[in-house]
Amino acid sequence: METIISIKPLLAILVSLLVVPILVLSGKRPNVREACTFLAAGVKFLIILSMVPVILNGTQIVYTIAEVIPGVAIKLRVDAFGMLFALVSSSLWIVTSAYSIGYMRGLKEHSQTRYFCFFALALSATIGVAFSANLLTLYLFYEMLSFATYPLVTHHQDHEARSSGRKYLLYIVGTSIGFVLPAMLISYSLAGTLDFSSQGFLAGTGSKPLIGLLCFMFLFGFAKAAIMPFHSWLPAAMVAPTPVSALLHAVAVVKVGVFCVARVLTGVFGTDLLFSLNLNVPIIYIASFTIMAGSLIALSQDNLKRLLAFSTIAQLSYIVLGIALLSPKGMTGGMLHIAMHAFGKITLFFCAGAIFVATGKKNISEMIGIGRRMPVTMAAFFIGSLSIIGMPPCGGFISKWYLVLGTLEAHQMPILFVLLTSSLLNAAYFMPFVYKAFFCRPEDSMFENKVQEAPAFCVVPLVITATISVILLFYPQPFLRLARMMVQSITGV
Amino acid sequence: MNEQYPALLVVVPLLSALVVSIAGWVNKRWGFPIAVAALGVAAWSSVGLLFRVMNEGVIVYKLGGWSPPMGIAYYIDYLNGLVLPVVSIAALLNLVASKKSIEQQFPDKAGPFYTLYLLMVTGLLGIVVTGDAFNLYVLLEIAALTGYGLLAMGEERAPLATLNYLYMGTIGACFYLLGVGYLYIVTGSLNMVDIARLLPPLYESKAVLAAFVICMVGVWLKMAFFPLHAWLPNAYTYANSAASSLIAPLVTKVMVYVMIRLILTVFTPEFVFTTLAVSNAVVWLAVIAIVMGAVLALAERNLKKMLTYIVVAEVGYMVGGAWLGNRDGMTGAILHIVNDALMTLCVFMVVGNIVYKVKGYAFEDLKGLFRKMPFTMGALVIGAMSIIGVPPTCGFFSKWYLIVGAISAGHYGFMAALIFSSMVSVVLFFRVFEICFYEPFADHHGHDNHSEGMDEAPVSMVVPLLVVAAILILVGFYTGDIVNHVIQFAIPEAMV
Repeated sequence: METIISIKPLLAILVSLLVVPILVLSGKRPNVREACTFLAAGVKFLIILSMVPVILNGTQIVYTIAEVIPGVAIKLRVDAFGMLFALVSSSLWIVTSAYSIGYMRGLKEHSQTRYFCFFALALSATIGVAFSANLLTLYLFYEMLSFATYPLVTHHQDHEARSSGRKYLLYIVGTSIGFVLPAMLISYSLAGTLDFSSQGFLAGTGSKPLIGLLCFMFLFGFAKAAIMPFHSWLPAAMVAPTPVSALLHAVAVVKVGVFCVARVLTGVFGTDLLFSLNLNVPIIYIASFTIMAGSLIALSQDNLKRLLAFSTIAQLSYIVLGIALLSPKGMTGGMLHIAMHAFGKITLFFCAGAIFVATGKKNISEMIGIGRRMPVTMAAFFIGSLSIIGMPPCGGFISKWYLVLGTLEAHQMPILFVLLTSSLLNAAYFMPFVYKAFFCRPEDSMFENKVQEAPAFCVVPLVITATISVILLFYPQPFLRLARMMVQSITGV
Repeated sequence: MNEQYPALLVVVPLLSALVVSIAGWVNKRWGFPIAVAALGVAAWSSVGLLFRVMNEGVIVYKLGGWSPPMGIAYYIDYLNGLVLPVVSIAALLNLVASKKSIEQQFPDKAGPFYTLYLLMVTGLLGIVVTGDAFNLYVLLEIAALTGYGLLAMGEERAPLATLNYLYMGTIGACFYLLGVGYLYIVTGSLNMVDIARLLPPLYESKAVLAAFVICMVGVWLKMAFFPLHAWLPNAYTYANSAASSLIAPLVTKVMVYVMIRLILTVFTPEFVFTTLAVSNAVVWLAVIAIVMGAVLALAERNLKKMLTYIVVAEVGYMVGGAWLGNRDGMTGAILHIVNDALMTLCVFMVVGNIVYKVKGYAFEDLKGLFRKMPFTMGALVIGAMSIIGVPPTCGFFSKWYLIVGAISAGHYGFMAALIFSSMVSVVLFFRVFEICFYEPFADHHGHDNHSEGMDEAPVSMVVPLLVVAAILILVGFYTGDIVNHVIQFAIPEAMV
């Protein structure tokens, strides 16, 4: 694999870190402050975009920040998988910044400067995770993200925020210190290195039970992936303002979790080792359980954001499942689902937030007839939910298609059944809501029959993400190509 | 000039202590600049010494030109070459930061305070720089006696707590002296290198064993190694901020240095880890120290006292690491002397700022501090991250070496204790952050409260604190260089 040394990945991380002092200084002038956020988001996206052609040529970009421990450096490496994730999160940051303005100003939230600062910090950490070349760097940015998100989750600073914040820390930080840190150090003691490689570095180092133990320590240690039973922080984190839930708890933070799991499974253990020890089978079943349970719990939710949270829990395990299938199509589907789910789910969260800004309603049972009042928002919601269900004309169809092919390729028929059932369940919790929003009898409608949308800053972003969700079906590049490249470098197919 | 660094290091603070006390009669305001200048010279010399050691290797400085073993020799190698800058720079930064709080607490006694402060630093630097086992005792007592004086200047309960410390500290120092006496009886020498040369034939001797055990117990008492820690929390809590933020970071760490010096240079690792073969048991003691320190910290409802128990737990880190008996563990212990000194300094300076503004350090006094003192709290967050062990702060990397050492020694109890202590630290600090962040609670969604604006400590207190916080991150990034260029050479090659 050809590599070139370039400072660009570091710059992509630093842009949003260095903008924080500027945001603080311009705190008294919100328009300047938000302009800076947009500038940083735009520059970050452009830097990442400028690396795409190089990556598509099959070259990797590396940059070493500091050699902190013999054999282990704080080091960045941009490969196809990292690029896929970085593209998704940095492009959505721009959209979310616009949405944040509409949402935060619409609700006259306090401490907006703090909010924008930690948002920028969280994005730095997210891109850092995407570009990590080894486990130490990954852990560094993973923890940075955990702590940068805490003030966002607890933004309201009330009793509910405090108890959710506690849960958040307990699950996220507790597992990362309790499981990932020792697992990482044991791996280092076994192999003497932590650099991700296409077939892992643990093969032939430890005994079978130890490798198995490490595998599960990593799997559950990255609790941001919300694999059951370490999932319940995610519904709790829904106390955050909606843009936080949208970008962080549907895209950046949770996808960092599954990204880490995928990275570790492929780059630390390697597909051959997992396959030879049969470790992928229990992971497949844990993920399948999470998919079914998450979808079933989502059915019973009335609070729209909590419903979306449980839906996210289920969808995240699709990604883990795809990787654990270890078949080329399945892994492609898993990686692709990071992008497809991101655009679909962020649309849904944007809609939930827009409804809250416009009407103050949080529960589905209070939203009958909302389609007449907010037709654009609910149309976008419909598209987003189609994408999550995995139906055309939305991008979610492609990743589910690949996942289904993957189960056939891996000869896992029961899992095929799980995927199909889960799609039905997704339809079962989204469609009644959408139906009632548009097609209720006029006397049942809880809203006046008059179009009144949320502020433009809220509506335009959700229209954009919904449109992208549709476009992704017809033009899934560069995401599909990046996922295929990564899978090819792992499996050779 | 740079030939004289070892002497300057000790003599300048010592003499300026005298000058400060005399100058105090003429003009009270002269004390501070003289003290800063003296510690500036000491810091400069110590950094110069570190670079000289890195270029030229071990430096032996004969005090007054008298050759060892008759004369006193200062002996600077990679080990104390690394510790010296930490001590002197920490003392200097804390002195600058403490000016306002000293003026606030002791408007009339600033002069004597600076005198004691300088003598204390003299003692600590002397302990680190000396190559003579008896001279070390003398300097130990200088540091201890001035320390009692400094700590006793505090709240109502400070004198009593200090008296307790005085008893325990004196016993500890006596133990050490007794051990040195045994060594002198069997070897006829007080010079550390000389003793190390004469000891190997005597390794089986009961007297040498007695000397080692007694020395260790004495040093453990002075560093508050659990269960010999009882004097520490009260003595450090009730003292004034300037003294506690000098003594809490430095004294225990300097005593850990003395322990490592005894193990590596005087008794040699072969004797300690091969002949004695008790290291496993000592590491278990360290495990207990870490766990108990963490649990006792959990029980506190008062920031400063909570931090003192964290100091007790951290001592367990270093003792355990040093006694793992392998290279990684020892590297971790030495690195943690540097890192823990810096992060303890950081958090105690934060307490100093809070006390200066809020006049209290109980949990109830901390409400709304994120809004009132954002810079101070920012430093506390960085210090807390380092104590928890979050990369890239330095605390993560010493923990890394300690855990890797524990794994290669097969001591999973120690590894579990370190992980446990990290998790407890998360609870400890986020409990504090919660109070500073949420309380006082608002009626609805935090819109109404937090109307009060910023009320930060003076610039002269905040800037040194932020410097320390920045150093925590910088040292983290330079861990590789510190280990490769310094600590690696501080550990005998025989240790693997």
